[in-house]
Amino acid sequence: MVKQPQNDGFVVFDHVQKSYDGETLVVKDLNLSIGKGEFLTMLGPSGSGKTTCLMMLAGFETATSGDIRLDGRPINSVPPHKRGIGMVFQNYALFPHMTVGENLAFPLEVRGMGKDERETKIKRALDMVQMYDFINRRPAQLSGGQQQRIALARALVFDPSLVLMDEPLGALDKQLREHMQFEIKHLHESLGITVVYVTHDQGEALTMSDRVAVFNDGRIQQLAPPDELYERPDNAFVAQFIGENNKLEGVIETINGAEAEVRLGTGELIAATPVNVSKKGEKVLVSIRPERVEFKPEMMPPGAHMIDAEVMEFIYMGDLFRTRLRVAGHDDFVIKSRNTQGQTMLRPGEKIKIGWSPADARALQP
Amino acid sequence: MKKLLILSTALSTFAFAASAQEVVLMSWGGAYGKSQTEAYLKPFTAETGIKTTMVDADNPATPVKAMVEANNVTVDVVDIEYADAIRLCDEGLLEPLDPAILPPGDDGTPAMDDFLPGAVTDCSVATIVFSTMYAYDTTKFPNGGPKTMADFFNTEAFPGKRGMRKGAKANLEMALMADGVPAAEVYEVLATPEGVDRAFAMMDKIKADTVWWEAGAQPPQLLADGEVVMSTAYNGRIFAAAVSEGKPFESVWDGQVYEYDVLAIPKGAKNLEAATQFLAYATGTQRLADQAKYISYGPARKSSGPLVGLYEDGKTEMGPYMPTAAANLTNALASDFEFWADRDTQLNERFNSWLLN
Amino acid sequence: MAATDTQPDDPQVLRTVDGVPLKTALAVASRRARIRAFFLVVPLLVFILLTFAVPIGQMLSRSFTDDKFSANMVELGKWFDANGKAAPDEAAYAALAADLKTASEEKTAGNIGTRINYELPGTRSLFTSAARKAKDLEPPFKEAILALDPQWARADLWAAMRSASAAATLNFYQAALDRQIGADGNFEAAPENVQIYVKLFIRTFVMSVVITGLCLLLGFPVAHLLAVLPLRHASLLMILVLLPFWTSLLVRTTSWMVLLQSQGVVNDLLVALGVITTDGRLEMMYNQTGTIIAMTHILLPFMILPLYSVMKTIPPSYARAARSLGATSWTTFRRIYLPQTVSGIGAGGILCFILAVGYYITPALVGGADGTLISNQIAFHMQKSLNWSLAAALAAMLLAAVLILYWAYDRLVGIDNMKLG
Repeated sequence: MVKQPQNDGFVVFDHVQKSYDGETLVVKDLNLSIGKGEFLTMLGPSGSGKTTCLMMLAGFETATSGDIRLDGRPINSVPPHKRGIGMVFQNYALFPHMTVGENLAFPLEVRGMGKDERETKIKRALDMVQMYDFINRRPAQLSGGQQQRIALARALVFDPSLVLMDEPLGALDKQLREHMQFEIKHLHESLGITVVYVTHDQGEALTMSDRVAVFNDGRIQQLAPPDELYERPDNAFVAQFIGENNKLEGVIETINGAEAEVRLGTGELIAATPVNVSKKGEKVLVSIRPERVEFKPEMMPPGAHMIDAEVMEFIYMGDLFRTRLRVAGHDDFVIKSRNTQGQTMLRPGEKIKIGWSPADARALQP
Repeated sequence: MKKLLILSTALSTFAFAASAQEVVLMSWGGAYGKSQTEAYLKPFTAETGIKTTMVDADNPATPVKAMVEANNVTVDVVDIEYADAIRLCDEGLLEPLDPAILPPGDDGTPAMDDFLPGAVTDCSVATIVFSTMYAYDTTKFPNGGPKTMADFFNTEAFPGKRGMRKGAKANLEMALMADGVPAAEVYEVLATPEGVDRAFAMMDKIKADTVWWEAGAQPPQLLADGEVVMSTAYNGRIFAAAVSEGKPFESVWDGQVYEYDVLAIPKGAKNLEAATQFLAYATGTQRLADQAKYISYGPARKSSGPLVGLYEDGKTEMGPYMPTAAANLTNALASDFEFWADRDTQLNERFNSWLLN
Repeated sequence: MAATDTQPDDPQVLRTVDGVPLKTALAVASRRARIRAFFLVVPLLVFILLTFAVPIGQMLSRSFTDDKFSANMVELGKWFDANGKAAPDEAAYAALAADLKTASEEKTAGNIGTRINYELPGTRSLFTSAARKAKDLEPPFKEAILALDPQWARADLWAAMRSASAAATLNFYQAALDRQIGADGNFEAAPENVQIYVKLFIRTFVMSVVITGLCLLLGFPVAHLLAVLPLRHASLLMILVLLPFWTSLLVRTTSWMVLLQSQGVVNDLLVALGVITTDGRLEMMYNQTGTIIAMTHILLPFMILPLYSVMKTIPPSYARAARSLGATSWTTFRRIYLPQTVSGIGAGGILCFILAVGYYITPALVGGADGTLISNQIAFHMQKSLNWSLAAALAAMLLAAVLILYWAYDRLVGIDNMKLG
């Protein structure tokens, strides 16, 4: 099911476990292979183990068991400064007592590089982020976005083949964040570097990544490209965590390969695609994306079961309409429709019938 | 409101002053302080009903100037060395003393004849004669200890650390006597620059082996701790440690430097009247004789001499332990107050500088 | 108030709604606030003035004035004013006799003698004994006084009296710099064997630097631990660091004496372990070693606390960033961590140094002969020799030295960069 484009195993986590206190595992049996040039995002709520994985890769934490390999070489016992991995930190970690230029020169100096070569590389790196004019400023004299660019340039100036980013855009405002997402993605593509990116922002993960590893409770819940992750979540956690999602509880009535019928608590029967359920009579959680729900009879996809719904609330959001419905006894069912010409604006109290393609309703283990 | 406050404060201060007629004596602490408490303070309070308090200092002469200049004299009577009394009196820091207040001896001798020569001065009355001598720990010298002042400066024959008072006085005299200067010529020699050099040259011999003490209670402690094998000390301190505590200390009287210790009233003492009364009482024949019961310092009144008996333990004869006992005076030096009043600063500066180099 | 003075029709003046010019209204309003604020600080201001500024002022003024001679030798003062450096004639001796007579009546001869004794040791008794016999002096005074003691003819004595006849003098500073009046009345270096202060100043500064350096060496790792340990362990460690603060200085110093003396705990332990023999017991007290050990211990918290407060603010990500950029842990410490702690090092260093320079009790107790500092000499002149002016001059020089140091620190590092916690 997992698609693995050009994966040559540039970075490999092989049965990696991590425990801080000897009693609980923060990372439970992690297996992950990242291809050269890939942009992989580790996404998950805080405490899910994603940052620990990044720190193990950077060398600031050691794996309790298992192997981490970089370019085929086990790096468990290689100290961080010999790994040659660029890293961008959440709070930028620009050295406050050095100018921008000195910050960038630092990794080159410790590598014993000559002055001329250093200057060339610094100029190239700063030009890359359009910050050459700021070479003599101190970090404290720069805005958050500017500091972010410098941090990026510093992580790239010594030409690492792997760059780790630990929630690098967390401190920026929304507009700047979106702009920087684009810039980072652009740099990734033009330099051909491998990026491992950690974030808890699913939007960021979806926009930037080749693949996303969704972490929860010390495990990778799903590893997939963004579209697959969104449209075909493997389990209830991923479905919940990525995007907005309606849930309906029920029991499997019939199951036949890739098709199933689910009887809801209130008696309605709906069609769904079984994902990780197989037996008749099993309890399931059916997950449907709000934008995949249809309420106009003429637009109803083929094979859709229709059930009754009552409009509770209608919210005008500009480009979208968001309508909250009472469905099968729950009044938190949300549908979204695009504000197109002639789109219907539902009114509270209105009784309608809704339906969806069985492929969009995924029956998952609760 | 404000007036009331001032009035009540004034009243309470007045009431306090009136009711708190008391005498505060500042002395040297330790066994010496105890002898004064027993011989002067307790009987004085018993007879007059005036409360008495004892305060200790390393050298009670030193706080006097600060107290008088600050106009905050918290003690009424001080027990100080003779030379200090002369100096402080000359600088107007002590209350003048009328000799008429001193009672005649118990045998009827008029006061001025009863006291030893020079014991009564313009501002002070001597109570005792004390000596700076040296003592050694007998356990450290099983084959016989030092006998003379020269032995003290001889680290080859008598190895081990020495304790000496951190100051020029008495040390320089001892050094000259150790170098063979007869007691009678010590001050004559010491008044010349060559004499001073000679004394310091002698002290050079033991400088590296010397621990310097400042409070009178320190030498017995240094000896008891084993920090030094011999130390100069005030003779009464050694007596107290050796006789009453049974410490194995032996006193060496050769080359001792003795002088008066006096009582005086700092200028501006709060309880002048009671202090004067106390001064006269404490220097009476019986009081001075009583004090010798507790510590081996000789009384400054002739009439007290015959009354000195046994130590408080009831069996030790005090006579031989007095600095003034004939056997102890064979090679002894009376400290010259005028010499020290003149040269205290100069020689102490030289001494401090010598310590440093 | 001031509104009546201004032209009500002047269109240039901005006014409040009730017609008061805006400027006046603002001044009134902010003046009230200022006065209220001032009243709040008055108690502290008075306190500081009385307990800090005034005593220091008094000390400074004492260091270059001494009127023990000039206030009591009025007649002689007049003669010096009239005759300058002329050799003393009969009139001078007459003035001297008159003054000595007054001195004997007012019991000030000791003070007068003491003042001259500062300059010419051994002359104090000249004054006290002459004063005792002053009332019997008859003209011709020169003959009579010289009959008392021929020393009265000494030229250097008259030079000293002339210089002492003015209350203001720089003699004490000269003495504090190991200089004295020569036979010709000029200042010259004091004989080698009485020079003390310059050496003591140098020693005080050298020892203070050593103690500060030791505090930094010992305190830096502790402060770092404090800053990076989890809170629970850090608070325990902090208590250990602060513990000495809750114990009296005297108790701590005497504890060191128990530990360090030659029959003390440390030596006993070393002998028991066979590291040294009983004869080879280390001398760790009554010398510089004792002073350095005890003072380093006492001043350590003053180094640790400012360092800690600075280190606490350095996020661990700087070190991680440096490591990820390829720096070894040593390079990371030297180039990234250390420079960021400079403000703490500066604050702790200057605090330790200034405290060390003025320390008194500890060197007095454990310093012995060669472990004492300039403050002990100041105490000596305050308490024993009673030469307060010289004590004040020494103290003023110490104060000046510290201020110069502070100024230099400000120039080099910047006081703004100092972080005391």
